[in-house]
Amino acid sequence: MLTCKEFLTELTDFLDEKTTTEIRAKLQRHITECPNCWVICDTTKKTIQVYKGMESCTIPEDIHSRLMAAVERKIAAGKK
Amino acid sequence: MATEAIPAPPVATPGNEAPSDELDLVARAKGGDGAAFSVLINRYEGKVFRLAMNITQNREDAEDVLQEAFFKAYEHLDQFQGNSKFYTWIVRIAVNQALMKLRKRKSDRTISLDEQIDTGEDMVVREVAAWDPDPEERYSRDEIHTILTEAIDGLLPIYRTVFTLRDVDGLSTEETAEALDLSVPAVKSRLLRARLQLRDKLTRFFKRKGDDAFAYM
Repeated sequence: MLTCKEFLTELTDFLDEKTTTEIRAKLQRHITECPNCWVICDTTKKTIQVYKGMESCTIPEDIHSRLMAAVERKIAAGKK
Repeated sequence: MATEAIPAPPVATPGNEAPSDELDLVARAKGGDGAAFSVLINRYEGKVFRLAMNITQNREDAEDVLQEAFFKAYEHLDQFQGNSKFYTWIVRIAVNQALMKLRKRKSDRTISLDEQIDTGEDMVVREVAAWDPDPEERYSRDEIHTILTEAIDGLLPIYRTVFTLRDVDGLSTEETAEALDLSVPAVKSRLLRARLQLRDKLTRFFKRKGDDAFAYM
């Protein structure tokens, strides 16, 4: 059986479904037998989900306006 | 004096190429079509600004980084061959600009996103308690936003940046590695630490009532 440390090392690939079938089976078996690692796996998965659900980032209007004005000046200068 | 390097054109990776409408926009912008370049700016400015804030932690510096990144992208559009997404390329430019800002702020000290890591402490899982099935429903939208923002702001810049690119912006591990000029194993290791640290921080807010967190490992 895997140790908890070995499980943690593979956790990212496990959650991203990037492990081999053989490793995946070992990790699955570990979480059915280790309640702590099951909790860590489940709550890490939820952590990723809540951040994925975060509203998309909007840029402050003043920063957007200054950027567009600066880029327009740059493009205009390049055309001269 | 800091060098004004522009990242080398990325090596083509199957599946990571720029979408065709992006290639069209870049081609038009190369030909001097400012409106096409504005579409690219509108598409990515929010993410680039957030990334710059993540690294510099300063609104003024982040705005400078944002402008400099798009200026440099415009000046070097001929180097963009479409082997990667435009976003991956602009992220690499913005990261370089942001690191230069940090170097200027801290005089001549060499700064990389990788400093101050791998102490071993950040792999420790401190809180083990099950969460509610839909933990965020206990809080208002504003409260959730504050909780998530404060948690991510508490991470070291390299963890914050890797997590944002990979898990919030949805870049692949390979694209994140390319954008940050890190190896794939380095991205995976930082992503794991970022996810575990965020999980730890959020457990305080999201754990099921009645469950006590206890020390582990």
